[in-house]
Amino acid sequence: MNNTASGAAPPRPVKLSCHGLWKVFGPNAAQFLAAHGGKVTSADLERAHMVGAVRNASIEVREGETFIIMGLSGSGKSTLVRCLSRLIEPTMGELTVDGQDLLTMTEAELIDIRRHKMGMVFQHFALLPHLNVLDNVAFPLMIQGVARKAREERAMQMIELVSLKGRERRFPAELSGGQQQRVGIARSLAVEPEIWFLDEPFSALDPLIRREMQAELIRLQNVLKKTIIFITHDFDEAIRLADRIAIMKDGEIIQIGRPEDLVSNPATDYVAKFTQDVNRARVLSAGGIMRQSSPAAASLRRVQAAQKVESFAAEIVESAQPFAVEDAAGRIVGEVMPRDVLDVLTGRGREPLRD
Amino acid sequence: MTDVTASRPPVTRKAEDAGRYLVLLAVAAAVAIFLARDVVPSLTTYPDAAIIPFKDWIGAVMNWMKVNLTWFTRSLAAIMDVPLRFAFNLLAKGFKLGSGPEATVLPRLSWAGVVAVMGWLGYINGGWRLALLCGGGFFALALFGVWDNAMLTLALIVICVPFCVITGLLVGIWSYRSPRFNNWLITPALDLMQTIPTFAYLIPMLLLYGSSPVSALLATGLFATPPMVRATLLGLNKVPSEIQDFADMAGCTRRQKLWRVLIPSAKPSLMIGVNQVIMLALNMVIISSMIGAGGLGYDVLLALRALKIGQAMEAGLAIVIIAIVLDRLSQAIAHRQPAIAAREGTWARHGNLIIALGLLAVTTLLALVIPALADFPKSLTLTTAPWWKAGVDWLTLHLFDAIEALRVFVLLHFLNPMRAGFEALPWFGVLLVVVALGWRLGGWRLALLVAALGFFAAASGLWVPAMQTLYLAGAATLVACVIGIPLGVWSSRSDRVQSVVLPIIDTLQTIPMFCIIIPVVMLFRVGDVTALIATVAFAIVPAVRYTDHGLRQVPYQLVEAGQVAGCTRWQLFRHVQLPVAMPEILLGINQAILLALSMIIICAMVGTRDLGQEIFKALAKADSGRGIVAGLVIAFIGIIADRLISAWVNKRKMRSGMG
Repeated sequence: MNNTASGAAPPRPVKLSCHGLWKVFGPNAAQFLAAHGGKVTSADLERAHMVGAVRNASIEVREGETFIIMGLSGSGKSTLVRCLSRLIEPTMGELTVDGQDLLTMTEAELIDIRRHKMGMVFQHFALLPHLNVLDNVAFPLMIQGVARKAREERAMQMIELVSLKGRERRFPAELSGGQQQRVGIARSLAVEPEIWFLDEPFSALDPLIRREMQAELIRLQNVLKKTIIFITHDFDEAIRLADRIAIMKDGEIIQIGRPEDLVSNPATDYVAKFTQDVNRARVLSAGGIMRQSSPAAASLRRVQAAQKVESFAAEIVESAQPFAVEDAAGRIVGEVMPRDVLDVLTGRGREPLRD
Repeated sequence: MTDVTASRPPVTRKAEDAGRYLVLLAVAAAVAIFLARDVVPSLTTYPDAAIIPFKDWIGAVMNWMKVNLTWFTRSLAAIMDVPLRFAFNLLAKGFKLGSGPEATVLPRLSWAGVVAVMGWLGYINGGWRLALLCGGGFFALALFGVWDNAMLTLALIVICVPFCVITGLLVGIWSYRSPRFNNWLITPALDLMQTIPTFAYLIPMLLLYGSSPVSALLATGLFATPPMVRATLLGLNKVPSEIQDFADMAGCTRRQKLWRVLIPSAKPSLMIGVNQVIMLALNMVIISSMIGAGGLGYDVLLALRALKIGQAMEAGLAIVIIAIVLDRLSQAIAHRQPAIAAREGTWARHGNLIIALGLLAVTTLLALVIPALADFPKSLTLTTAPWWKAGVDWLTLHLFDAIEALRVFVLLHFLNPMRAGFEALPWFGVLLVVVALGWRLGGWRLALLVAALGFFAAASGLWVPAMQTLYLAGAATLVACVIGIPLGVWSSRSDRVQSVVLPIIDTLQTIPMFCIIIPVVMLFRVGDVTALIATVAFAIVPAVRYTDHGLRQVPYQLVEAGQVAGCTRWQLFRHVQLPVAMPEILLGINQAILLALSMIIICAMVGTRDLGQEIFKALAKADSGRGIVAGLVIAFIGIIADRLISAWVNKRKMRSGMG
């Protein structure tokens, strides 16, 4: 799903957006924020014995985009995603879904939008222990009042989609972690949500299972094309799955960008630290490292701007010739030098990081 | 990351020292008051003139209720009577239609049917072993000829338990939804309800409803509901936040979230609550025989009063059988895992119910033709009473001297000096020490609470009986800990020992308080020694269990770290395991104190002189003011002990960072 948002395609409509979103814990937090006009520093908060779990967050997620919120534990990413789904009431700010203001909705409207537009997958699966797989997956449909036959049919489709057919009568306690999360995924998809929240869905799984589930998610997303908001603390996972990544620290979003942007232009040392161990050839694309094209470019071998360095690195180094870079329409937009590719592969030429 | 860690107030060394000095100061003041008892007698013995007539006030209120709320109590009694009578008729008496000699009698359920259903219930919930226990246990009731009374007791339980469970569930849900309501009303009310001795419940019921099964039912309901409220609250609060989030994200309405998600997720905790309700109800139903519950408890009561040890033992055993069967059965149901449903349809869902109803119907119909199925044939019943009597006679004949020597020794060298010491305690001095402890352990709030509760005990004019209760309960707790804690330590260090100790402890815990007294009375007759032994037998359970559990849950990394550091076994125990397990052990002691207090009161039946006797007398005279005040004093002693120890435990946990 990488790069589906890049390139020259016209921008798709904004699905979910928030502006100046705050979540501050503490007595009378709303008045406190209002009194400061939304301009509060860490020192202000500390003096008032408040905790700013989310501070002035603004994001726009477009339809079909996989948007990843990345941060270490305590960075506020989980609170942010709960504010976006209004599981937690934000202290201040704007929040819209499809242009509708989510924060002024009544409980009934909110219930309706959650029943039909949103789905969520949880870190610890959150399966209901007293229901079997089939009933768990059918649960969101049941509370909407869908008839037994119809909801079980739909649930079976979802169970097949996540390759759990044959285990539909098992209870959660009888399944492995990976299988339980498949149930969680099937359940969240049963209502055909448009916005899909995944809160560290793979963090509780073994590394091998985690990779398998990531691949599964990529496969599903290629079919389903949902708007995904995905929380993780694992930068590799973020890079693997993301169209865009927002990096959070101490409740603030410090940079939003495509994986490539974060790697090539980290906004702060903090972001740079995350990116320093990344396999850059897998993240950077031809478009990202190209130079101005020379007149001779037309006669050179061509690569797509969106192509990752990894995909042509061996050939360009072997041929020792620059390659021409073309955009999606076939126009030449620049050239890639073998030397630059070598730099990407070896990490040469990067500024050493200050600690 | 949403949890906001409250910044802990730094405990300065100075404040710590000040607290310690304050306690020492209070102790010194208490000693001074004791020494100067002739100069300031009013600080030693609470002056009669200053006694606040709580009991008259409460008595007046109760009388007012009796006079003015009769319409209410009468109608409530009439409503409650309907299901109760139905259950009595169904299980024990049979339905009488019409009156006079031509009345038709519909038969009660056949004993064979009930035994078979118990066996079936055991089988589907716990396999053959449980089937044998449940069916066999109930068969024994028929075999020993106590079937009728056992069924009267069971009928009360069957009506009472659903009532308690539903009430407890609803109150629990309400206090879960409204934390303020919970903090200000429910938690204190539950604390009070669970520390007021059982006898004290009987008095107002007796006053308002007279001596009848309905008053027994209401007393039992009041006593047995609190654990269900607690279990509901605990269960709902334990539901993972992710599951709550899921319910919201799935678009549940509030009602759907509660009944479809939260309550089913909390089921294991709720089932533990149900088990406790059953056990407490059984316990209380037996005690309620004093106010007209009838059934097995009444048999025990009559036999004990007439000192017919054999009969008392027999009825007591029947109660224990019911207790064990109900306990194991409800635990098995609680722990049953949902299994893969093999088939769909009515049969799969209700098959067990159909079989059980079928068993009852067939046997009851057959009983119309075969009388042996209606009433267990008299010729086949066994009575164990003569054996017990023979056993006791043999014991008294051969071991009388030894038992008597032990009794006199304990009385002279342990109990009497301790009693004298407690009776001499100056009320004001004790209050000072308790308040200082409260301040040191829990700040001014706790100090204020224990001051108020302690002052109530003194001002009600019941200081001396309160100290007598404290002496017996204290002595029993001491003995229970001296025996129980080492036993717990031993059991924690060896699985073999544990496999012997735990079942015994479990069974001891299942036996209703009333029944523990019987065998002790046989050997030691009435008096303080009997009360002490019976109470120790009851209070030892938490001492052993919490010690064992506390030591076993010490993280093995800590033990390994100790081993790597080169600790000897003793050092490991002394410096690693014991300190880590200490909070748990203290909680066990706390529980032991509370159990001892409740048991001591029951022991008023075997002639102790203390608050229990006060309540006992009040019960005989239906003097509600006196009985309730005495009950409150006992409850307050329990709450003071509980709060001080809990505060201490929390402090320890805080300091070691485990809080």
